[in-house]
Amino acid sequence: MPLKDNGMKKTYKIEVDCANCANKMEEAAKATAGVKDATVNFMTLKMNVEFEEGADHKAVMKDVLKSCKRVEDDCEIYL
Amino acid sequence: MSSKQKKVLVRIIVAAVLVGALWIIEELTVIPPFLSPALYLIPYLIIGGDILKKAGKGILNRQVFDENFLMAVATVGAMFLREYREGVAVMLFYQIGELFQSYAVGKSRRNISALMDIRPDYANIVRDGKVERADPDEVAVGTVIVVQPGEKVPIDGTVLEGNSTLNTAALTGESVPRDVKAGDEIISGCINLSGVLRIQTTREFGESTVSKILDLVENASSKKSRSENFISRFARYYTPAVCYGALALAVLPPLARLLFMGAPAEWGVWIYRALTFLVISCPCALVISIPLSFFAGIGGASAQGILIKGSNYLEALARTKYVVFDKTGTITQGVFEVIGIHPDFGGSGKASAKEENRLLMYAALAECHSTHPISQSLQRAYMQRMEEKIDLSRVSNVEEISGHGVTAQVDGHMVAAGNVKLMKRVGAQYRECGETGTVVHLAMDGAYAGYILISDVIKTHAREAVEALAGLGVQRTVMLTGDAKPVAERVAAQVGIREVHSELLPADKVAKVEAILAGKKEKEVLAFVGDGINDAPVLTRADVGIAMGALGSDAAIEAADVVLMDDDPIKLAKAIRIAKKCMRIVYENIYFAIGIKLVCLMLGAVGIANMWVAIFADVGVMVLAVLNAVRVLFCRK
Repeated sequence: MPLKDNGMKKTYKIEVDCANCANKMEEAAKATAGVKDATVNFMTLKMNVEFEEGADHKAVMKDVLKSCKRVEDDCEIYL
Repeated sequence: MSSKQKKVLVRIIVAAVLVGALWIIEELTVIPPFLSPALYLIPYLIIGGDILKKAGKGILNRQVFDENFLMAVATVGAMFLREYREGVAVMLFYQIGELFQSYAVGKSRRNISALMDIRPDYANIVRDGKVERADPDEVAVGTVIVVQPGEKVPIDGTVLEGNSTLNTAALTGESVPRDVKAGDEIISGCINLSGVLRIQTTREFGESTVSKILDLVENASSKKSRSENFISRFARYYTPAVCYGALALAVLPPLARLLFMGAPAEWGVWIYRALTFLVISCPCALVISIPLSFFAGIGGASAQGILIKGSNYLEALARTKYVVFDKTGTITQGVFEVIGIHPDFGGSGKASAKEENRLLMYAALAECHSTHPISQSLQRAYMQRMEEKIDLSRVSNVEEISGHGVTAQVDGHMVAAGNVKLMKRVGAQYRECGETGTVVHLAMDGAYAGYILISDVIKTHAREAVEALAGLGVQRTVMLTGDAKPVAERVAAQVGIREVHSELLPADKVAKVEAILAGKKEKEVLAFVGDGINDAPVLTRADVGIAMGALGSDAAIEAADVVLMDDDPIKLAKAIRIAKKCMRIVYENIYFAIGIKLVCLMLGAVGIANMWVAIFADVGVMVLAVLNAVRVLFCRK
């Protein structure tokens, strides 16, 4: 469940250990198809995702998690 | 400590003990050379196994250059050079540094959430005459809730019953308690101090003040500042650059020695220097301490009732050079008060108190049906002075004449209260008054009876705040107002603002701010301070829009970049002071970390700094930078 849900913009709780890993997650999320923009806040452990118009956010978030895990296997996104 | 951190700690201890033991054994006896690498490999893999794995994964994912890669190459290289102790030590200290950093970040996360601990856990609702605890989220609008002394007000509402004082410190940072009684609006997040209150909720929990504030604070650091973006860009180019630098250091000098100087290549020496170079250059100190400083700055500010919506605004606040104030509600309280009563019943000499009271009485009675702030100030003054309620039965035939004032029948007299135009209309011989403020003239049965002077009251700390701003590097303070020129100039002179623009419509205020924006240098920041009422366009247009006294005003919280929860202008100076301190620490960390690293890199390249210096340049600098960053939290009150 996203922490906050504003239509195409959602906020998810994440788990990650280091600031640089958070930056890597941010880039991985941004590069995922269906994601318009993403920011990862290491300090509050949150990921804000803005989806492309008409994207299926559940499927997109699965891909986001997959690409994040690829760059940093020690991370988690609570979907 | 989380379980993950505990596991790392155990690995650190085990590896440290093993290395220590090996070291001592080596000093005492001679370990056969073939055995020694195998023995050191045990603690090395215990402490660095995951780093090696991550570095390997990074290479597979074509994201080669990160700190795991740096550490893996440096330590594997050291092992091959038979510098086993150094190899294990680099990994060991790197892990200690990472553990410290993760602990410090977790700790400040908890500290800051504790500072903003305003989330209520439950609401007491009345069901079938009994009080029950319920989840605030499930309380419908209009429900009656009970708040006991010592409890937090969970949801916004109106007080039905009870008198009490409220502690608003968690919201505003202000320690003076606030009084509430039946009929008053009450906002969530305050702590009820003395009496039991029955409150009818006017909002859902999600729409209540407390939720809005938490939401704002929790999402604050998502807007990244230029320094943060600089650091992530920096790290992206920096790490590959030092890797290539290290490669060059390992290969070029030996080749040069071989080819041009005819000397032995000394591969081992140069590779060792290159590895030292790699360890020194690890960018962790910057990558962690900069966002941590901003996080601490925003957290520390919110504990004092200053909500900053993003690190970028914190950065901008620190560079504030122009401050534009709105007058009403910002410099002044926006509450009108009677400051002078001047009866003129035709008698000669000084007016007696009796005549003053009479004038005020007729004015208050004539205006008794109006809710205009001016009328209300008359009614309030009357009730305070006479200590009695207004008897509405004495008033009849009230007629409001738009743009003029009111006429009414009071105790059989025809009373006209209003401006000069009204006096002309009823044919009264009014007296011009030279004082500034809003003047209410009074005529009885067509004859002039005197005037009452009403003025907005300047806030206690307004002057102090303007002075403090000058000390914080603000070059120009400007006041904008829709009010009349004499009033505006008097207020400005009293608080020490030299530049005043008066009689402005809301659109004119935007134009004025734009004119100042056009005239300033790019790096200078213009902050606009308003109370959030009618000035949302200006708040958005300014570099930093600051809304003040925003407790309970949603429009202001939405439009502004910085929200001062209470209406004391001195908070503005405090906000800038916190921002400056935060930015100073950010720059200290940038210069300090890069500076030490550069020095060590040069020493490493020429062979003066060995692996132990490199470990300090990496882990030591990071620990110091993190400690420095946490200092932002402690800003003097």
